[in-house]
Amino acid sequence: MIELIQQYWQQYLCGTPAHPSGLVITLWLTVASLGLGFLLAVPLAVAKASTKRWLAVPVAIYTYVIRGTPLYVQLLLLYSGLYSLDAVRSTAFLNGFFRDAFNCTILAFTLNTAAYTTEIFAGAIKTTPRGEIEAARACGMSGLTLYRCIIMPSALRRALPAYSNEVILMLHATTLAATATVPDLLKVARNAASDYYLPFVAYGIAAVLYLCISFALIWLFRLAEHRWLAYLR
Amino acid sequence: MLAVLFALLVAASPYVLAKDWKVIRFGVDPSYPPFESKAADGSLVGFDIDLGNALCAKLNAKCVWVENDFDGMIPALQARKIDAVLSDMSVTEKRRQQIDFTDRTSFSPTRMVAKAGSNLQPTADSLRGKNIGVEQGTIQETYAKTYFEPKGANVVSYQNQDQVYADLKSGRLDASLQDEVQANFGFLKTPEAKGFEFCGPELNDTKILGSAAAIGLRKGDSDLKNALNKALAELLKDGTYRTIAKKYFDFNIYGD
Repeated sequence: MIELIQQYWQQYLCGTPAHPSGLVITLWLTVASLGLGFLLAVPLAVAKASTKRWLAVPVAIYTYVIRGTPLYVQLLLLYSGLYSLDAVRSTAFLNGFFRDAFNCTILAFTLNTAAYTTEIFAGAIKTTPRGEIEAARACGMSGLTLYRCIIMPSALRRALPAYSNEVILMLHATTLAATATVPDLLKVARNAASDYYLPFVAYGIAAVLYLCISFALIWLFRLAEHRWLAYLR
Repeated sequence: MLAVLFALLVAASPYVLAKDWKVIRFGVDPSYPPFESKAADGSLVGFDIDLGNALCAKLNAKCVWVENDFDGMIPALQARKIDAVLSDMSVTEKRRQQIDFTDRTSFSPTRMVAKAGSNLQPTADSLRGKNIGVEQGTIQETYAKTYFEPKGANVVSYQNQDQVYADLKSGRLDASLQDEVQANFGFLKTPEAKGFEFCGPELNDTKILGSAAAIGLRKGDSDLKNALNKALAELLKDGTYRTIAKKYFDFNIYGD
């Protein structure tokens, strides 16, 4: 057990620039997909909550398809499925993008989390109290200003607790990355387990590390809720 | 009530049943034809499957095949989820420290596959900057990580062998490292492997690659080891082994 830790602690934790550790890859996957997913989700949520059907319906179809299929299948489809098509491989740009396992994984994770986040944010936008909007309109706000100053700040605040769940779930979902050969934390644990045949120790270390990240995320959201949902206290 | 439950549990526990070896649970990773794979109807087929069933027949035991990822085979054995590993597992020093092995069941070396005309060789210099695919937990993974990766090759591990060939075909991988016989029958002789061939010689390295494949057993199950060894010797003697081998190979898979 000591030998396993001695040989693998670097691969679990810090790694080298050429071979980043499992922890770094897992954190990077989580942050990148959540960041990109958030940027996608905000405009999509506005569209989804819109009363204009040509805006709302395409987004509804997107979230329906993504939320209706398992992330594992989406990842396999993007990683193995798309790249087996000649059309993809013969286009220089697509070939360059999909050849890299990391790109495929981030894309799959981003599309997935964006769909769930869109639903969370759209729900919050729709439940914005009528009074706030009427008051804003009475002050002469409309369109972009109304969204920027009144609806979005209020909706994103109210969405915080639900969004924090999505963030934790996304962290846990990154364990699928090893399917697409991305060497995340779980992959390092698998290596350690098959090298020393000590699965309890190897996966136990991974579990503790995931627990630490989850704990840090929960703590960050606590701080955020403390600050932005202060009116609920 | 509790006593009844306890009695049932004891009676149902594989440990008790397994003591007189009326049932032998073999662990197998069926992504490795012709040794083990799945037929279109979902049943297990291959050389190891036939050999295992023949061994069970000799021992008057019932064979139960348990599908397992290759890298989880030894933990599953130690956790008593299976009684033996019959999945073209090579005998190596490292594995010997954890588990016991029967006499050898087959012999086939490790060899690299790449695109025809790529001129790649299974050496660290030739593979610098290239992507090499291996299956997670195999001796080939250890070999590639020990000799190729430190010199700048990119070793990519897959959960099973099918995925290695899929990415070799799609061009994500420049080469793949695996059992020679498996590569020949499981990939190169199939129509989808057009344009691929063996590159370089068979690899020899008794420390990492070991010498031959055998059935993996828990240390301490010496009664099962003796029984399997005896049955294996009888199969070799009465020609059953040769009949099974002929179905899959056109050369001597047992080695010299």
